[in-house]
Amino acid sequence: MSRRVLDPGKGYGSAGSAAAPVDAVRRGFMAGGAAFAAAALAPGVTLMAYPESAGAANAPAHRWGMLIDTRLCPEGCTDCVAACSTEFGWGPAAGQAPRPETDPQWIRKVAVKDPDTGVAFSLPIMCQHCAEPPCVDVCPTGASFKRADGIVLVDRHICIGCRYCMMACPYKARSFVHEEVQDQKPYAPRGKGTVEGCTLCVHRVDRGGQPACVEACAAAGHNAMIFGDLGDPASEISRRVAEHRTTQIRADLGTDPGIHYEI
Amino acid sequence: MAAHALLHRSLAAAALALAGLMATAQQAPAPGGGDKCVAPTDWMRRYHMTALRHQRDETVHEGARDTRFSLEGCISCHAVKDTAGVPVTIDDPQHFCRTCHDYAAVKPDCFQCHASRPSEGLLQGDTAQLGTGGVLPFSSTTSVAELEIYLREARP
Repeated sequence: MSRRVLDPGKGYGSAGSAAAPVDAVRRGFMAGGAAFAAAALAPGVTLMAYPESAGAANAPAHRWGMLIDTRLCPEGCTDCVAACSTEFGWGPAAGQAPRPETDPQWIRKVAVKDPDTGVAFSLPIMCQHCAEPPCVDVCPTGASFKRADGIVLVDRHICIGCRYCMMACPYKARSFVHEEVQDQKPYAPRGKGTVEGCTLCVHRVDRGGQPACVEACAAAGHNAMIFGDLGDPASEISRRVAEHRTTQIRADLGTDPGIHYEI
Repeated sequence: MAAHALLHRSLAAAALALAGLMATAQQAPAPGGGDKCVAPTDWMRRYHMTALRHQRDETVHEGARDTRFSLEGCISCHAVKDTAGVPVTIDDPQHFCRTCHDYAAVKPDCFQCHASRPSEGLLQGDTAQLGTGGVLPFSSTTSVAELEIYLREARP
């Protein structure tokens, strides 16, 4: 994704030096300015790409992820599911009987059992925020996308509701909104006819917060979920992932999920 | 001649009636709760949708949580309350967006997904709780001329 990086306080078009009006920059470019010609000749650089600001280039790359310790996740506990539903308002449509086949479900508890050994445990499954997300690969409009910090989202302004991403997702993590939605949360717009899924509580993360499920898990005293930056070697999640053997669901698919599980 | 005069008179009456209708149809939108809007009023009248659309993309894709041109910012500052003191939704003709958009016969589809009224505690200009993202290339003091440069930028 060749998105331009915004330089706070300067605006677009600041060509490394003093902030020049964009039109002047464009005219300079059209006239064949040497600095921009060089940039245009470099492979992989789009014609209208502006030089990234030094600050943004030096900033460490975030890779938000989660570590879920299934040994601390009690069977039957659905606190994370309830917290997510409350935070975003998904679930059965108001005043209607539940339709489990089609009602939106951003996070679910799944109980697994090895039939040979009899060992059983349960774990929450939500959007795995893959580094190589199949949903993004198949999206025909570009609505399904991965942010620079690894969070996979649906831009519902662009989503046409084709549900191809739902078919492509190996984790059954996305839902289609079949019913009209009333009284949405201001921070979490949702609407009929689009696909949605776990946003890793992007509205909280952008302000330095934690996802609602992680908070609820800690509040209940389970502490089975850790949220953090996998791109920062000093973060708790990075240390835990480095120390303990963790696994990703269907790691064999090569999607490299940002959600790790400790079993 | 008489027919002409009659026609003229009825046309004039129709025009007057139409003018009256328009005067009642277009109510002045309610002012927001703060000292002033995020940009001069005439500028906002022309460019508010462009600014909203621009900030929308910055927010969804780059995580800009600045409220200057966010729909949430507009909605919380310009909330219109009904007689019971509860902010009205887009279903009410008194809603800030509808006062003009009804008159212009333009139906904004923002509220199929977005909340059309602020949540509790975010009323009448109390936007401090909304927080700032600091990612947008302008601040609350950026001039209108600089904003127009920003808005003229077409997104890839």
